[in-house]
Order: sequence, then structure tokens, then C-alpha cells
Amino acid sequence: MGEDAESPKINHTFLRDYVTEADVISTVEFNQTGDLLATGDKGGRVVIFQRETEPKGESEEVGETGDSGEYNVYSTFQSHEPDFDYLKSLEIEEKINKIRWLPQQNAAHFLLSTNDKTIKLWKVSERDKRPEGYNLKDEEGRLKDISTITSLQVPVLKPTDLMVEVRPRRVFSNGHTYHVNSISVNSDGETYLSADDLRINMWHLGITDRSFNIVDIKPANMEDLTEVITAAEFHPHHCHLFVYSSSKGTLRLCDMRASALCDKHTKLFEEPEDPGSRSFFSEIISSVSDVKFSHSGRYLLTRDYLTAKVWDLNMDKGPVETYQVHEYLRSKLCSLYENDCIFDKFECVWNSSDSVIMTGAYNSFFRMFDRETGRGVTLEAWRESSKPRAVLRTRRVYTGGKRRRGDVGVDSLDFTKKILHMAWHPSENIIAIAATNNLYIFQDRVNPDHTQ
Amino acid sequence: MEVSNEAKRIMVVALGKLYSSRTQRGGLRLHRSLLLTLVMKSARDMYHAAQSTAETQDCEPQNSTAENTTEPATGEPRTLPREEAVCSPSELLTGAENKENQCPSSPAQHSRKRRGKAAAEPDFLPCKKAKLEQASSPQQLIVSAVLIDYVNCSSELGAPPASMPLHRAIAAC
Repeated sequence: MGEDAESPKINHTFLRDYVTEADVISTVEFNQTGDLLATGDKGGRVVIFQRETEPKGESEEVGETGDSGEYNVYSTFQSHEPDFDYLKSLEIEEKINKIRWLPQQNAAHFLLSTNDKTIKLWKVSERDKRPEGYNLKDEEGRLKDISTITSLQVPVLKPTDLMVEVRPRRVFSNGHTYHVNSISVNSDGETYLSADDLRINMWHLGITDRSFNIVDIKPANMEDLTEVITAAEFHPHHCHLFVYSSSKGTLRLCDMRASALCDKHTKLFEEPEDPGSRSFFSEIISSVSDVKFSHSGRYLLTRDYLTAKVWDLNMDKGPVETYQVHEYLRSKLCSLYENDCIFDKFECVWNSSDSVIMTGAYNSFFRMFDRETGRGVTLEAWRESSKPRAVLRTRRVYTGGKRRRGDVGVDSLDFTKKILHMAWHPSENIIAIAATNNLYIFQDRVNPDHTQ
Repeated sequence: MEVSNEAKRIMVVALGKLYSSRTQRGGLRLHRSLLLTLVMKSARDMYHAAQSTAETQDCEPQNSTAENTTEPATGEPRTLPREEAVCSPSELLTGAENKENQCPSSPAQHSRKRRGKAAAEPDFLPCKKAKLEQASSPQQLIVSAVLIDYVNCSSELGAPPASMPLHRAIAAC
């Protein structure tokens, strides 16, 4: 940077700090084996990372798994483009709201990606061989002069450089009037649901021109609207059960065997409101931003603005566990309302054994809660404070009492650095955290498997 | 009084956010609009409750002015959700000048109007209803208190938008 010493000082920091809106990651998802990790961004692109498999060698230490490799870019493709609804004169954003992988059935991988209106099924396949030795064509594909062909040869498959091809296989459009917030693949392997603010549709993966509407909460008069659907998910094992969350903080479990239209829930999960904590913003902060079934299928994990809650499917009176994510923000709700942060939608995830839950917060912090002890820990996804292969140290927000070194005051929190999207590897202690336009992957080297 | 001031501020901010969300890419977000409407209703209810408490605590001579502030203040937020798009777009922006020209907000007029977005007239058309209503004009003078706040801070909140009733903002999706 020697040349800067003589030229007039120009502040380039704004260029370094400027994040292209299109690069902001909007969804993260591991596939069922955890070998592939997909991210979607606001620009409509999908980036797939693949885990490197380290070859097992004699020098490998006892206890180390073969798959302790890193994730590298496997493929990138443009999933959705900006669109325009001519009838309503509305722009349709290309931002990828959700990605869900299908269970693998053959060599190819399939994933569903959705923006506000359209869901697409993509086939991701590898090609590492190509046929060579055609009779009538030469290496470049030009037709050979017939007089030069004196013998018959059968084309042979020869290995070539690995090529990853991604092709759209299905486009599920015109199913939603409102903005799609969730997609969920059914355990039957044939169907999936998509949910918007007022309706949930069920699609067959092979049929694009029809879908079944299974939930419709649109009132006859829109002025009577009191709640919207915020998230929906199929049960991991029971193909007839699904759950959806609402902006009122309720969860509804629906059984598709009961009726074709599941407007009437099978179970309603609701926590009675604490009248003591009522404020102007009670409705906003009680809105559920994400709902996830546990891997066992027995519990539900929900996230609202200040808490994460675990619900037992067998008990609808209230959550069985409540975790305070950032209770210190309760007195700041008015400012968070003015700067729009109160509308942020945080996701939440389970670990593979359902013993730990994780969710995001502000200032690049994310929280993990151990369900057995009830204790929570705050970690940070920030380049400046963690080098590759460094141990993540726990952070703390200072809320009173003895102040320790490294504590961050509530007023120093950076609300532009929010951790909204994350994923946990299905069987190992590997997490993927999206922090604006950066993806952080953390691995637990001490306890790589969930059993420890 | 602090509660009512905060309630007023919250209502004004909610209005600003609702209007600015119309120009957002991707169209109106139903969830967000709904939450903002709920906050507005919450603030309105608290404002009303705070005003009526203040009213009962005040002594007699002050009651008449307090009543004037109470009624329109509660009338105004109620007006917004009920108003169909028959009023002129300049209504909210030039509240100070157009106070007397504002569309009447009595419920009787609304029952004649068919509800629903199909029936609502586009808001760029001029108001067709008779604008001068002597009986309600004193109310209109004070009704605009919240709206003037909005006008004053609208420059910070973004481009001044056309008028749009609250619930129509949601129904327009």
C-alpha cells in the first residue's frame, strides 16, 4: 500500500464494507447425508458446497472419521430471475426464500428452491465420462469424409474432468397469490407442501399444473384478517401430519386423513399470554418466525422475536421449554420497531440428537441451548475475531452485575449484523451459519458425533 | 400523557412504514402490514384509554377541549381503516390546508359504499363526495393532529405516498 502514502488519502473502507444486496444469503440447508450444503441468496442464485472426503490412510489417527473434510464449492446456478406480475403490476423478487433437498434415490441429487411465487425442482448430476470414438464424427464433432471410414468402431466411455450439471426438472408456478414462506418435502417422497401467508398447497413432485389446497385461512372479508401463516413443515415420519405456525404465536397440527381441507386443526398449540408483559408490541414479538419438528418427531421448536420454545406434540397447553434468546432487548422494543429490526425473522434448528437447539441473534451472535441442562451459550460468527481452525470462544452480552472482559453492552450491539439463517448437519456436529453475505461452517472436532 | 404521546408516535411510525412498504420491491408484504395494523390498533386503544383517564382526572372547565381531542383522536384512526378510497390523494399531505375540505368520516356514508377491493375506486381519482360538512369540521381541525405529525416526519420516512386506507393496504395483495 506504499503508493497511498503520496496520493491524497482516499477512504476506501466504504468499498470494502459495501455488501451487494444480491449476495446476502437468504437460506441454508444440508442434504439428508450432510455431504452437500446449499445456500440461496437474494440475487436468486444457489451455491452448493460439497464435503471433501479425505482418503483413509495409515497415518489416520484412531477415532478420526474419514469424512472430516471441508466444504468446497460444488456448483453454482441461477435458480430464479426477477419476474413481473403484469396483472397486479407487481415485481416478484428473485430472492430464494427456502431450499429443501429431496432424499437421494439415485446418483443424482434433487432440490427444491422457491422465491415468493414459484417453486422449482433442480436436478444436480455429475458427469465424469464422455463417449469417444464415433464412427461418423471426429473429435470436434465434425462429420468425417465417408471415403475415409474403413472400419466400424463402437464409441467407448472415457473418463473426463468432473462436470456438475444442474438442470431445472419441474417448475411449479401459479400456485400462490401471497408470498411463499415455506416448503417442506413429505416423508412419502412423492409430495411436498408450500405455504404462503394465507394458504398451504400440497404438490406432487411429478405434477406441475395442479396442486391441492390443504389449508386456507383467508377470511371472506380481508378487513377481518387477524393472523397469517408464517411457517409450515411436514412431520418427519408421518406423511399425513404437518404443522403450521401463525403470526399470533399459535401452532396448528393438522392430519390430512381427517379431511381434504385441513382448516380445522387436529391440535392447537397455544401459550396463554402473560398479561403482565403486555405492551404495544406484544403481537409483533409473539409472531412465530420458524417452526421445526425434532428429528424424533416428538417435539416442535419455534422461534419468536425474543424466545425459542420447545413444544411436546402431546401437550398443547404450552411449551415444555422456553429459552430466552435476547431478553435484554425487551426494553428496547420501541427502537427496534422504528429501525424495523422487530420484524426480523430468525430461524431455529435442532442438532442431530435433538439435545441441543440453536438460533440466531444480532451482532453476529448466535445462541445454542443444551436442553438437558437448560444452559445457553453465545457464539459469534465474525471474520475478524475467528481465524480458520481457531476455537470459537463464547461471548456475553452485559446486562448487569460484574462486567467481564469481552462483554458487549446492549447499546453497542450492531443490529445490522443479524444471524437469521442457519443449518445443522443431520448426523454430525457441523453447523452452517449465514451472516449477511458470508457463510461460516463450524465443526466440533472434539465431539464430532452426536452420541458424545 | 407519556403513554398517549408514545402511542401517537407509534401510530405515526406505523403509518409511515405502511405507506413506504407500498413502494417496496416484491409488493406489499401481508404479514408485515398486518403486524403494523395491529400495532396501530394497540396504540390507538392505549391512546384512547390514556385520554379517557386524563379526561376523568381533569376538572370541569377543561372537559370540553379534552373531549374534542379525545373524540377525533379515536375517530381518526378508526376513520383510516373504514375510509374507502374516495378521498383525494392530497388529503394527508396537505392536512393543514385541507382540513375543512377533508372527506367526511361519518359511518353513515360508508354503509352506502360497497366494500371490497373490486369496488374501491383508484385513489388517484378526485373525491366525488360533498366535501363541506359544517357539523364535522371542528372535529376535522383536531383530527389532523396525528396526520400533521406524519406530514412533519414524512420527509424522513421517504417519498410522500398517495393516500390509502389501512385495510385496503392489506386487501390489495
